[in-house]
Amino acid sequence: MAEGRAVGPASAGREAGAGRRRSPSELSREEAHDVYRGMRTIRVFEETLDRLVKAGRLPGFLHLYSGQEAVAVGVCRQLVDGDVVSSTHRGHGHCIAKGVDIGGMMAELFGRATGLCKGKGGSMHIADLERGMLGANGIVGANMPLTVGAALTAQVKGTGGVAVAFFGDGATNQGQFHEALNLASIWKLPALFVVENNGYGEATPMEHVTPVRDLSVRAGSYAMAADIADGMDYFDVAEKAAVAVARARAGEGPTLLECKTYRYHGHYVGDPVTYRTAEETTMWRTTRDPLMLFEKRAVATMLVEEPSLRRIDREISAAVDAAVEAAEKAPFPDISSVLTDVYVRG
Amino acid sequence: MARVLSYAMAINEALHIAMAADPDVIVLGEDVAGGGGREDQGIVDAWGGPMGATRGLITAFGAGRVRDTPISEMGFLGAGVGAAATGLRPVVELMFIDFLGVALDPLLNQASKLRYMFGGKARVPLTVRTNVGGGNRAAAQHSQALYAMTTAIPGLKTVFPSTPADAKGLLLASIRDDDPVVFCEGKSLMFLEGEVPEGDYEVPLGKAAIRREGSDVTLVGIGRTVHTALAAAAALAEDGVQATVIDLRSLYPRDDEAILSSLAKTGRLVVVDEAPPHCGIASDVAALCVDRGFDLLDAPVKLVTAPHTPVPFSPVLEDAYLPTPERVVAAVREQVGL
Repeated sequence: MAEGRAVGPASAGREAGAGRRRSPSELSREEAHDVYRGMRTIRVFEETLDRLVKAGRLPGFLHLYSGQEAVAVGVCRQLVDGDVVSSTHRGHGHCIAKGVDIGGMMAELFGRATGLCKGKGGSMHIADLERGMLGANGIVGANMPLTVGAALTAQVKGTGGVAVAFFGDGATNQGQFHEALNLASIWKLPALFVVENNGYGEATPMEHVTPVRDLSVRAGSYAMAADIADGMDYFDVAEKAAVAVARARAGEGPTLLECKTYRYHGHYVGDPVTYRTAEETTMWRTTRDPLMLFEKRAVATMLVEEPSLRRIDREISAAVDAAVEAAEKAPFPDISSVLTDVYVRG
Repeated sequence: MARVLSYAMAINEALHIAMAADPDVIVLGEDVAGGGGREDQGIVDAWGGPMGATRGLITAFGAGRVRDTPISEMGFLGAGVGAAATGLRPVVELMFIDFLGVALDPLLNQASKLRYMFGGKARVPLTVRTNVGGGNRAAAQHSQALYAMTTAIPGLKTVFPSTPADAKGLLLASIRDDDPVVFCEGKSLMFLEGEVPEGDYEVPLGKAAIRREGSDVTLVGIGRTVHTALAAAAALAEDGVQATVIDLRSLYPRDDEAILSSLAKTGRLVVVDEAPPHCGIASDVAALCVDRGFDLLDAPVKLVTAPHTPVPFSPVLEDAYLPTPERVVAAVREQVGL
């Protein structure tokens, strides 16, 4: 949560080496619409899934991203084609922010042949390598070494690409987190580690299992640059992610960026959420909502007008509804496909 | 032209050939450069791994492609998976297969499953070179023959060459294979010498080799135990019992037809495996014979394996633990009623 800002930006590591560029907060009208569209698409997608599961129309385990939209969109808007992101079990938001098609995602969630992974992956394994989406991952922490590998590919091949790992506060107690940060730092890899600190690892409050309040301090052991962003504020995330991405692209090494955020839903759809108060959730939803905060600032600074945002809302709702309708009509995979895609050969 | 090389130097030669032929091949692992790359102190090419298998690579291909890793197996194995999925062809050294204990997730849940989970849209051309097995007095945590674990995971391939020539050819084939391959290197075979062809050649995955032909019994060996089986076959020949020796080479994909067609000729089969007996390759080959070759059997399939214990240290205990030619001969004698 957003307390304890005592540890300032980059306090644990190197200073930013990036030169002066246009601030990612200086958005054009068109760009502001795109940012809003990205966050709103995630929100509508996730809230739709919540309803579908509760209505018994959707199988599997779903972990929803609502509340954290500013992180995925704020970071991914600093990336370009050829950059790679990896994600967690709570991965829909990162996919959408990286430009993965929501129709293919929805069909995958419904287990259909037309899904991005032909119905073999499901919610926790959505991937789209052509879009630089290296996959959601069902093993907490496992996407971090994979991201180190993607950054290694960029470095060895000299592509100029950057690799980003998104993960939660709980993952920073995994060995894979520490091993990945160490490797990325010693090899000065073009990597960005984005920890979305939403205060809870599954049902357990962070302070019960983690002795530090700011996870960004964990970069200190790896002589890695670190920063803290308000994960509910698109502009803050975007500013700090842009610095980190520029640092990585310039060959100046990785960054650990902590985004303080909040998960609106339980750990998974169906979680009774008995471990936190309704007041706490209401406070975040009503005073810190990332879409609301973005809209307020964007409208106040006359970047956009409220009616155009409502038009975008309607477009997104229609697009998500259409994705659901298409997915429910799509064929299931042929049973014979159980046996395919295990090996390239053999 | 073939020359005599050790198993370790055959592996070294394969790595040089693979790296020279393909700039996407990189080598990661503990001590693979071994502190090399310290030009300021005149130390350019140092250890090259405890067996010297990676010696000279950093000099030939540079520190960008030959990287010493921290002692951090889960991290660098995972990095190998991520690099493979994004366009490199990494050869990662897991110094001893026993270290799977701290590094299993990248193989169990990542390398083996990305392609399937992503609907066939990923390929993970990763090779994991790893030392397996006993015979070097390395005791319980550095001597295990854990290849059945990786063989059991769909999405992985596992191979174990028994000769220097196969070590070179199978490693080249493994590196160029587009699927993740666990390449087992016999710890007790590293200094074994044999003829090795020059140049670039591949031994295909999934093909067993017939090391000796005989009509009375089929002996199936894996890596080190191919030599155990060959010694047993020589002893049996003195008693007039002629054995075929199959070198399995590839544990998955496995050459079931080679096993069954030999069984059809001999009617008897003994599997020799230095791993413990439960849920192992030996019991799996026996199951194959019962399932698909029951009518071919003239005698019960015999398993000559290690016992269900950790690997002991004391030389007398380790020698008692590992399968011996004498135990193989005794199993065959029981089968043929000698």
